[in-house]
Amino acid sequence: MILWTNALIEGVLLGGLYALFAAGLSLIFGIMRLVNLAHGDLIILAAFVVLSVAAWLHIDPFAATLAALPIMFLAGFALQYCLLNRALGRGLLPPLLVTFGLSIIIENGLLELYSADSRRLHGGSIETSSIALGHAVSVGVVPLLTLASAIVVILVLNFIFYRTALGRAFRATADDLEISQLMGIDHPRIFSVATGLAFVVVTIAALYLGMRANFDPTIGPERLLYAFEAVIVGGLGSFWGTLAGGIIIGVAQTVGAQINPEWQILAGHVAFLTILVFRPRGLFPRAVD
Amino acid sequence: MAEQNKPLAGAGHYRIETGTPVSLMAAVGTLIVVALLAALPLFAGRDLLENMIFVLYMLALAQCWNLLAGYTGLVSVGQQAFVGLGGYILFALTLIAGIDPLVAIILAGAISALFALPTALIVFRLRGAYFAIGTWVVAEVYRLSFAQFRQLGGGTGTSLGPDITNAVFAIDRVKSLLDVRTPAARDIISYWAALALAVGTTLLVYLILRSRRGLALGAIRDSEEAAASVGIDNARVKLAVYVIAAAVTGMIGALIYLQKARISPDAAFSVLDWTAYVIFIVVIGGIGTIEGPILGTLIFYLMQNYLASYGAVYLILLGVLAILVMLFAPKGLWGYLSQSYGLELLPIRRRLVWKKDQ
Repeated sequence: MILWTNALIEGVLLGGLYALFAAGLSLIFGIMRLVNLAHGDLIILAAFVVLSVAAWLHIDPFAATLAALPIMFLAGFALQYCLLNRALGRGLLPPLLVTFGLSIIIENGLLELYSADSRRLHGGSIETSSIALGHAVSVGVVPLLTLASAIVVILVLNFIFYRTALGRAFRATADDLEISQLMGIDHPRIFSVATGLAFVVVTIAALYLGMRANFDPTIGPERLLYAFEAVIVGGLGSFWGTLAGGIIIGVAQTVGAQINPEWQILAGHVAFLTILVFRPRGLFPRAVD
Repeated sequence: MAEQNKPLAGAGHYRIETGTPVSLMAAVGTLIVVALLAALPLFAGRDLLENMIFVLYMLALAQCWNLLAGYTGLVSVGQQAFVGLGGYILFALTLIAGIDPLVAIILAGAISALFALPTALIVFRLRGAYFAIGTWVVAEVYRLSFAQFRQLGGGTGTSLGPDITNAVFAIDRVKSLLDVRTPAARDIISYWAALALAVGTTLLVYLILRSRRGLALGAIRDSEEAAASVGIDNARVKLAVYVIAAAVTGMIGALIYLQKARISPDAAFSVLDWTAYVIFIVVIGGIGTIEGPILGTLIFYLMQNYLASYGAVYLILLGVLAILVMLFAPKGLWGYLSQSYGLELLPIRRRLVWKKDQ
């Protein structure tokens, strides 16, 4: 029983990480209907950026992430402004294939720069500290921080979306691009800000990815799949739904791993496909696509 | 060309044509090239044959993906599911059931089609870009599931012994007819199988597109709503294309792994080898054309030959090239050529032509 409770709690906390992976993907898709196949590789890229900043300035990963945030925002802005905007509005293929190409470029660029060695972000004592819940159950501080960060990120994103002028512009371009242009919204710039923001979320996700486990340049695509599953399970257009989706995938994985360690990833995918069959629009759909 | 087709003064009538004098020449040329390729084992060495097997199966995969993405708008990033499935079926049928490898290739096609039906049921719940990632998830499920089969080597994979690869149908006749040793005869049979698959796939795509159903495909790609409004049963047509592509991809996968004689889940379900390269071939050559994948395969083969030793840098280059083509020449190299010179070697469009009465 204790084992299962543990698996459940671990799954919920893991779900926080997947929600962080998914929030950036969901943000970009929600605003510009762009499915970014390079999303997973961007998370890994961000982890390497944090790693390099930490090594270069001799600071811990949290401070390095803070320092990396503005860099990544600008990188996202530039990527959208110079490249991705050109691929939009021309049908299904260009954005898919451009981001697919980007995914290959990032993965191999990282392999070339950092080699295929496994890396980790070392945060000192926080990595191993845990909080006891009851006599046999305890949770790690880092996983707990991950979930808390996911909640904070979603609160902030919801605030931006529904309480600010920028959010109004996001929603307007998402609802009707042409009318929003008539209203004077400079959509290439709005899209670029959105991608910049998504890169900020990606960098936060990368911090926890790197502190919880080893990473190397090749693990990006799998992260894209988890993020995607969380978005679809949660239902398009709702950040809280994405959190729920992340938690469902996370719990499916840890419970699967509890039954047989080899089934961890498979269980997550199977849970996703099962939900897709019975609830094709996800559990909490909001946007009509 | 357009100038000559304009109705001029005088009597005449419109006709619908599907061919041009150039395309007639191209058809004859294609037949000659295929005949030459079929005769290649008579004078080529084993290295050339092995390279040609690679070229031919990549071409066949490219035609399949083009049928899905270029003509029907089903952008799949998960075709490796069927390459791996075909490979594993071949191994299961030959290792466990003791079936002749060539027969196993054909059975692999049929079984892949059977697997494609329930798979389609799931992935067709997603549309557009989400369909793309959905197919990728399914391919991962296939990979992780096959890693569970202990009889087929689990996660580390397994090999086909020479007792099986040398027992291929008609190998003795090839040996005595061409006076070659067993390994060479095996390559020759694989080569002919690859040639048959590549030519067969191209012909199949061509015939589908020339048919009434072919028109439906383009209509669905361009607008599902409009296609439905003129009476096309979108779901059925898409399902049919998906299953056909899966069956052919499964057969190609079986052939690939007969040739490799060693299979593992990570290699057989590799997104890079069986989908990314294929996408590059189609995009660079020209998506939505039959000639494009042929051109793309040749370019890819040359790049693979001369640049693959650069490893990661080579892949970065491929990625950059694909992005540039997609942004600046979205119809690919063939699209650019055919637009500039009005060339259509394997025409699938119906054209309205003005004929002056004699």
